[in-house]
Amino acid sequence: MEERTYRDGARAIAPIGIAAFGFGLSFGVLARTAGFGWLAPIVMSATTFAGSAQFAAASILGDGGTVAAAVTAALLLNARYGPIGVTVAPWLHGPWWSRFVHAQLVVDESWAIASQGGGRYDRRMLIGSGLLLYACWVGGTAVGSIGGEALGDPATLGLDAAFPALFLALLVPMVRSRRPLVAALLGAAIALMLTSFVPAGVPIIAAGAVCLLGLRR
Amino acid sequence: MSSVWLVVGLVGAGTFAIKAAGPVLLGGRPLPTRLTRVIELLGPAVLGALVAVQTFGDGQALLVDERVIGVAAAGIALWRKAPLLLVLIIAAAATALARAIV
Repeated sequence: MEERTYRDGARAIAPIGIAAFGFGLSFGVLARTAGFGWLAPIVMSATTFAGSAQFAAASILGDGGTVAAAVTAALLLNARYGPIGVTVAPWLHGPWWSRFVHAQLVVDESWAIASQGGGRYDRRMLIGSGLLLYACWVGGTAVGSIGGEALGDPATLGLDAAFPALFLALLVPMVRSRRPLVAALLGAAIALMLTSFVPAGVPIIAAGAVCLLGLRR
Repeated sequence: MSSVWLVVGLVGAGTFAIKAAGPVLLGGRPLPTRLTRVIELLGPAVLGALVAVQTFGDGQALLVDERVIGVAAAGIALWRKAPLLLVLIIAAAATALARAIV
Protein backbone atom coordinates (compact mmCIF):
# COMPACT_ATOMS: atom_id res chain seq x y z
CA MET A 1 0.00 0.00 0.00
CA GLU A 2 1.15 3.55 -0.78
CA GLU A 3 2.74 5.45 2.10
CA ARG A 4 0.29 7.87 3.76
CA THR A 5 1.33 11.45 4.58
CA TYR A 6 0.22 14.03 7.15
CA ARG A 7 -1.47 15.85 4.27
CA ASP A 8 -3.53 12.75 3.39
CA GLY A 9 -4.85 12.80 6.94
CA ALA A 10 -5.72 16.49 6.77
CA ARG A 11 -7.41 16.04 3.38
CA ALA A 12 -9.46 13.05 4.54
CA ILE A 13 -10.78 14.93 7.59
CA ALA A 14 -11.44 18.29 5.80
CA PRO A 15 -15.26 17.85 5.50
CA ILE A 16 -15.43 16.98 9.20
CA GLY A 17 -13.17 19.98 9.88
CA ILE A 18 -15.94 22.29 8.68
CA ALA A 19 -18.35 20.60 11.09
CA ALA A 20 -15.76 20.89 13.89
CA PHE A 21 -15.53 24.63 13.21
CA GLY A 22 -19.32 24.91 13.59
CA PHE A 23 -19.22 22.76 16.74
CA GLY A 24 -16.45 24.98 18.16
CA LEU A 25 -18.45 28.07 17.24
CA SER A 26 -21.47 26.78 19.14
CA PHE A 27 -19.25 26.01 22.15
CA GLY A 28 -17.92 29.58 22.08
CA VAL A 29 -21.44 31.03 21.98
CA LEU A 30 -22.99 28.68 24.57
CA ALA A 31 -20.07 28.77 27.03
CA ARG A 32 -20.44 32.54 26.98
CA THR A 33 -24.11 32.27 27.91
CA ALA A 34 -23.02 29.98 30.78
CA GLY A 35 -20.87 32.81 32.18
CA PHE A 36 -17.44 31.81 30.80
CA GLY A 37 -16.57 35.22 29.30
CA TRP A 38 -14.71 35.31 25.97
CA LEU A 39 -11.23 34.03 26.86
CA ALA A 40 -11.96 30.94 28.99
CA PRO A 41 -13.84 29.08 26.19
CA ILE A 42 -10.86 29.56 23.82
CA VAL A 43 -8.32 28.41 26.45
CA MET A 44 -10.52 25.42 27.27
CA SER A 45 -10.81 24.35 23.61
CA ALA A 46 -7.03 24.69 23.20
CA THR A 47 -6.20 22.66 26.32
CA THR A 48 -9.04 20.11 26.56
CA PHE A 49 -9.91 19.47 22.86
CA ALA A 50 -12.91 17.23 23.63
CA GLY A 51 -16.28 18.72 22.76
CA SER A 52 -18.81 16.80 24.84
CA ALA A 53 -16.80 17.19 28.07
CA GLN A 54 -16.42 20.93 27.53
CA PHE A 55 -20.15 21.39 26.93
CA ALA A 56 -20.96 19.30 30.00
CA ALA A 57 -18.65 21.35 32.24
CA ALA A 58 -20.02 24.64 30.89
CA SER A 59 -23.67 23.62 31.26
CA ILE A 60 -23.25 22.37 34.86
CA LEU A 61 -21.41 25.55 35.95
CA GLY A 62 -24.05 27.62 34.14
CA ASP A 63 -26.76 25.81 36.15
CA GLY A 64 -25.01 26.76 39.40
CA GLY A 65 -23.26 23.40 39.94
CA THR A 66 -19.98 23.17 41.86
CA VAL A 67 -16.50 22.99 40.35
CA ALA A 68 -16.20 19.37 41.55
CA ALA A 69 -19.47 18.36 39.83
CA ALA A 70 -18.51 20.06 36.55
CA VAL A 71 -15.01 18.53 36.49
CA THR A 72 -16.21 15.02 37.43
CA ALA A 73 -18.96 14.95 34.77
CA ALA A 74 -16.50 16.18 32.11
CA LEU A 75 -13.90 13.55 33.00
CA LEU A 76 -16.54 10.77 33.01
CA LEU A 77 -17.34 11.74 29.42
CA ASN A 78 -13.64 11.69 28.54
CA ALA A 79 -13.06 8.29 30.14
CA ARG A 80 -13.59 6.71 26.71
CA TYR A 81 -10.23 8.18 25.63
CA GLY A 82 -8.56 5.72 27.99
CA PRO A 83 -9.47 2.60 25.91
CA ILE A 84 -9.17 4.60 22.66
CA GLY A 85 -5.62 5.63 23.63
CA VAL A 86 -4.79 2.00 24.29
CA THR A 87 -5.82 1.02 20.72
CA VAL A 88 -3.46 3.56 19.09
CA ALA A 89 -0.59 3.09 21.55
CA PRO A 90 1.32 0.43 19.52
CA TRP A 91 1.45 2.75 16.47
CA LEU A 92 2.82 5.83 18.23
CA HIS A 93 6.56 5.46 18.67
CA GLY A 94 9.39 7.74 19.78
CA PRO A 95 10.25 9.17 23.21
CA TRP A 96 7.52 9.50 25.86
CA TRP A 97 7.05 13.23 25.33
CA SER A 98 6.36 12.75 21.63
CA ARG A 99 3.84 9.98 22.38
CA PHE A 100 2.31 12.29 25.01
CA VAL A 101 1.86 15.12 22.46
CA HIS A 102 0.53 12.86 19.70
CA ALA A 103 -1.92 11.22 22.11
CA GLN A 104 -3.54 14.65 22.65
CA LEU A 105 -4.51 14.75 18.95
CA VAL A 106 -6.66 11.65 19.36
CA VAL A 107 -10.36 12.56 19.24
CA ASP A 108 -13.24 10.40 18.03
CA GLU A 109 -13.01 11.67 14.44
CA SER A 110 -9.21 11.53 13.95
CA TRP A 111 -9.21 8.07 15.53
CA ALA A 112 -11.84 6.87 13.03
CA ILE A 113 -9.97 8.38 10.03
CA ALA A 114 -6.64 6.82 11.11
CA SER A 115 -8.13 3.33 11.45
CA GLN A 116 -6.75 0.99 8.78
CA GLY A 117 -8.92 -1.97 9.84
CA GLY A 118 -7.91 -5.00 11.85
CA GLY A 119 -6.81 -2.90 14.82
CA ARG A 120 -4.12 -1.07 12.79
CA TYR A 121 -3.75 2.72 12.96
CA ASP A 122 -1.81 5.06 10.66
CA ARG A 123 0.27 7.48 12.74
CA ARG A 124 0.59 10.16 10.03
CA MET A 125 -3.15 10.06 9.22
CA LEU A 126 -3.85 10.47 12.94
CA ILE A 127 -1.51 13.44 13.37
CA GLY A 128 -2.46 15.17 10.09
CA SER A 129 -6.21 14.87 10.71
CA GLY A 130 -5.86 15.67 14.42
CA LEU A 131 -3.94 18.90 13.73
CA LEU A 132 -6.52 20.14 11.21
CA LEU A 133 -9.40 19.32 13.57
CA TYR A 134 -7.59 21.10 16.41
CA ALA A 135 -7.17 24.27 14.33
CA CYS A 136 -10.87 24.19 13.29
CA TRP A 137 -12.09 23.52 16.85
CA VAL A 138 -10.05 26.29 18.50
CA GLY A 139 -10.67 28.73 15.62
CA GLY A 140 -14.43 28.08 15.71
CA THR A 141 -14.50 28.58 19.48
CA ALA A 142 -12.69 31.93 19.13
CA VAL A 143 -15.15 33.16 16.48
CA GLY A 144 -18.12 32.02 18.62
CA SER A 145 -16.97 33.43 21.94
CA ILE A 146 -15.73 36.77 20.57
CA GLY A 147 -18.54 37.18 18.04
CA GLY A 148 -21.16 35.89 20.49
CA GLU A 149 -21.19 39.25 22.24
CA ALA A 150 -23.05 40.70 19.25
CA LEU A 151 -25.92 38.27 19.90
CA GLY A 152 -28.75 39.41 22.15
CA ASP A 153 -30.41 37.83 25.20
CA PRO A 154 -29.73 34.02 25.17
CA ALA A 155 -33.25 33.08 26.38
CA THR A 156 -35.00 35.23 23.77
CA LEU A 157 -32.86 33.54 21.10
CA GLY A 158 -33.74 30.08 22.47
CA LEU A 159 -30.05 29.29 23.10
CA ASP A 160 -30.93 27.44 26.33
CA ALA A 161 -32.55 24.77 24.10
CA ALA A 162 -29.36 24.45 22.04
CA PHE A 163 -27.55 22.79 25.00
CA PRO A 164 -29.89 19.75 25.30
CA ALA A 165 -30.14 19.59 21.48
CA LEU A 166 -26.36 19.34 21.33
CA PHE A 167 -26.20 16.54 23.91
CA LEU A 168 -28.94 14.73 21.97
CA ALA A 169 -26.91 15.07 18.75
CA LEU A 170 -23.85 13.56 20.47
CA LEU A 171 -25.96 10.77 21.99
CA VAL A 172 -27.78 9.55 18.87
CA PRO A 173 -24.79 7.86 17.14
CA MET A 174 -23.91 6.09 20.43
CA VAL A 175 -27.27 4.35 20.94
CA ARG A 176 -27.51 2.22 17.81
CA SER A 177 -27.66 -0.98 19.88
CA ARG A 178 -29.81 -2.02 22.83
CA ARG A 179 -27.40 -1.85 25.76
CA PRO A 180 -26.22 1.77 25.27
CA LEU A 181 -29.84 2.81 24.59
CA VAL A 182 -30.94 1.31 27.91
CA ALA A 183 -27.99 3.06 29.62
CA ALA A 184 -29.03 6.43 28.13
CA LEU A 185 -32.69 6.05 29.18
CA LEU A 186 -31.79 4.89 32.70
CA GLY A 187 -29.27 7.73 33.01
CA ALA A 188 -31.96 10.24 32.02
CA ALA A 189 -34.48 8.76 34.48
CA ILE A 190 -32.03 8.72 37.40
CA ALA A 191 -30.93 12.31 36.73
CA LEU A 192 -34.53 13.60 36.61
CA MET A 193 -35.47 11.77 39.81
CA LEU A 194 -32.49 13.23 41.70
CA THR A 195 -32.73 16.81 40.41
CA SER A 196 -34.98 18.08 43.21
CA PHE A 197 -32.92 16.50 46.01
CA VAL A 198 -29.23 17.14 45.28
CA PRO A 199 -27.18 20.15 44.02
CA ALA A 200 -26.87 20.84 40.27
CA GLY A 201 -24.44 18.55 38.44
CA VAL A 202 -24.66 15.72 40.97
CA PRO A 203 -27.59 13.98 39.13
CA ILE A 204 -25.38 13.84 36.00
CA ILE A 205 -22.55 12.12 37.89
CA ALA A 206 -24.94 9.72 39.63
CA ALA A 207 -26.36 8.73 36.23
CA GLY A 208 -22.84 7.63 35.27
CA ALA A 209 -23.22 4.69 37.67
CA VAL A 210 -25.50 3.11 35.07
CA CYS A 211 -22.29 2.10 33.23
CA LEU A 212 -21.96 -0.76 35.74
CA LEU A 213 -24.55 -2.52 33.53
CA GLY A 214 -21.50 -3.32 31.41
CA LEU A 215 -20.48 -5.88 34.05
CA ARG A 216 -23.51 -8.01 33.14
CA ARG A 217 -23.08 -10.43 30.30
CA MET B 1 -9.29 32.26 41.08
CA SER B 2 -12.79 32.07 39.66
CA SER B 3 -14.56 28.72 39.39
CA VAL B 4 -14.60 28.98 35.57
CA TRP B 5 -10.79 29.03 35.38
CA LEU B 6 -10.51 26.28 37.98
CA VAL B 7 -12.78 24.07 35.84
CA VAL B 8 -10.84 24.93 32.67
CA GLY B 9 -7.55 23.98 34.35
CA LEU B 10 -8.74 20.78 36.02
CA VAL B 11 -10.67 19.41 33.03
CA GLY B 12 -7.68 20.21 30.80
CA ALA B 13 -5.19 18.47 33.09
CA GLY B 14 -7.46 15.45 33.62
CA THR B 15 -8.06 15.04 29.88
CA PHE B 16 -4.30 15.31 29.16
CA ALA B 17 -3.72 12.47 31.62
CA ILE B 18 -6.54 10.23 30.32
CA LYS B 19 -5.47 10.63 26.68
CA ALA B 20 -1.79 10.04 27.43
CA ALA B 21 -2.29 7.06 29.76
CA GLY B 22 -2.53 4.43 27.00
CA PRO B 23 0.36 5.53 24.76
CA VAL B 24 2.76 6.63 27.54
CA LEU B 25 2.15 4.11 30.34
CA LEU B 26 0.56 1.01 28.83
CA GLY B 27 2.51 1.00 25.54
CA GLY B 28 0.18 -1.39 23.74
CA ARG B 29 -1.00 -3.77 26.47
CA PRO B 30 -4.79 -4.23 26.24
CA LEU B 31 -7.27 -3.23 28.96
CA PRO B 32 -9.47 -5.92 30.58
CA THR B 33 -12.63 -6.48 28.48
CA ARG B 34 -14.96 -5.92 31.46
CA LEU B 35 -13.41 -2.50 32.13
CA THR B 36 -13.75 -1.50 28.46
CA ARG B 37 -17.40 -2.51 28.44
CA VAL B 38 -18.14 -0.44 31.54
CA ILE B 39 -16.37 2.62 30.10
CA GLU B 40 -18.29 2.27 26.81
CA LEU B 41 -21.59 2.78 28.66
CA LEU B 42 -20.40 5.92 30.52
CA GLY B 43 -20.91 8.12 27.43
CA PRO B 44 -24.55 7.16 26.74
CA ALA B 45 -25.49 7.26 30.46
CA VAL B 46 -24.00 10.72 31.12
CA LEU B 47 -25.24 12.21 27.82
CA GLY B 48 -28.76 10.82 28.43
CA ALA B 49 -28.74 12.51 31.83
CA LEU B 50 -27.53 15.80 30.33
CA VAL B 51 -30.29 15.78 27.68
CA ALA B 52 -32.94 15.20 30.37
CA VAL B 53 -31.67 17.77 32.89
CA GLN B 54 -30.99 20.46 30.30
CA THR B 55 -34.47 19.98 28.80
CA PHE B 56 -36.54 19.79 32.01
CA GLY B 57 -34.34 21.16 34.79
CA ASP B 58 -34.76 24.66 36.23
CA GLY B 59 -32.39 24.88 39.17
CA GLN B 60 -33.68 22.32 41.68
CA ALA B 61 -37.12 22.13 40.04
CA LEU B 62 -38.42 20.30 36.99
CA LEU B 63 -40.28 22.36 34.45
CA VAL B 64 -41.87 21.73 31.05
CA ASP B 65 -41.41 24.88 28.96
CA GLU B 66 -40.56 25.98 25.40
CA ARG B 67 -37.23 24.11 25.48
CA VAL B 68 -39.15 20.86 24.91
CA ILE B 69 -40.33 22.18 21.54
CA GLY B 70 -36.75 23.05 20.57
CA VAL B 71 -35.38 19.64 21.60
CA ALA B 72 -38.22 17.86 19.76
CA ALA B 73 -37.46 19.91 16.64
CA ALA B 74 -33.76 18.98 17.03
CA GLY B 75 -34.76 15.32 17.27
CA ILE B 76 -36.64 15.55 13.96
CA ALA B 77 -33.70 17.37 12.34
CA LEU B 78 -31.28 14.66 13.57
CA TRP B 79 -33.60 11.96 12.24
CA ARG B 80 -33.51 13.79 8.87
CA LYS B 81 -29.69 13.69 9.12
CA ALA B 82 -29.24 17.48 9.28
CA PRO B 83 -25.69 18.75 10.05
CA LEU B 84 -24.94 19.64 13.68
CA LEU B 85 -24.90 23.44 13.37
CA LEU B 86 -28.27 23.36 11.57
CA VAL B 87 -29.70 21.11 14.32
CA LEU B 88 -28.66 23.66 16.98
CA ILE B 89 -30.05 26.59 15.01
CA ILE B 90 -33.37 24.74 14.53
CA ALA B 91 -33.57 23.96 18.27
CA ALA B 92 -32.90 27.59 19.24
CA ALA B 93 -35.21 29.01 16.56
CA ALA B 94 -38.14 26.70 17.49
CA THR B 95 -37.79 27.63 21.17
CA ALA B 96 -37.44 31.36 20.42
CA LEU B 97 -40.51 31.21 18.15
CA ALA B 98 -42.58 29.40 20.79
CA ARG B 99 -41.57 32.03 23.40
CA ALA B 100 -42.43 34.89 21.04
CA ILE B 101 -45.92 33.45 20.39
CA VAL B 102 -46.85 32.56 23.99
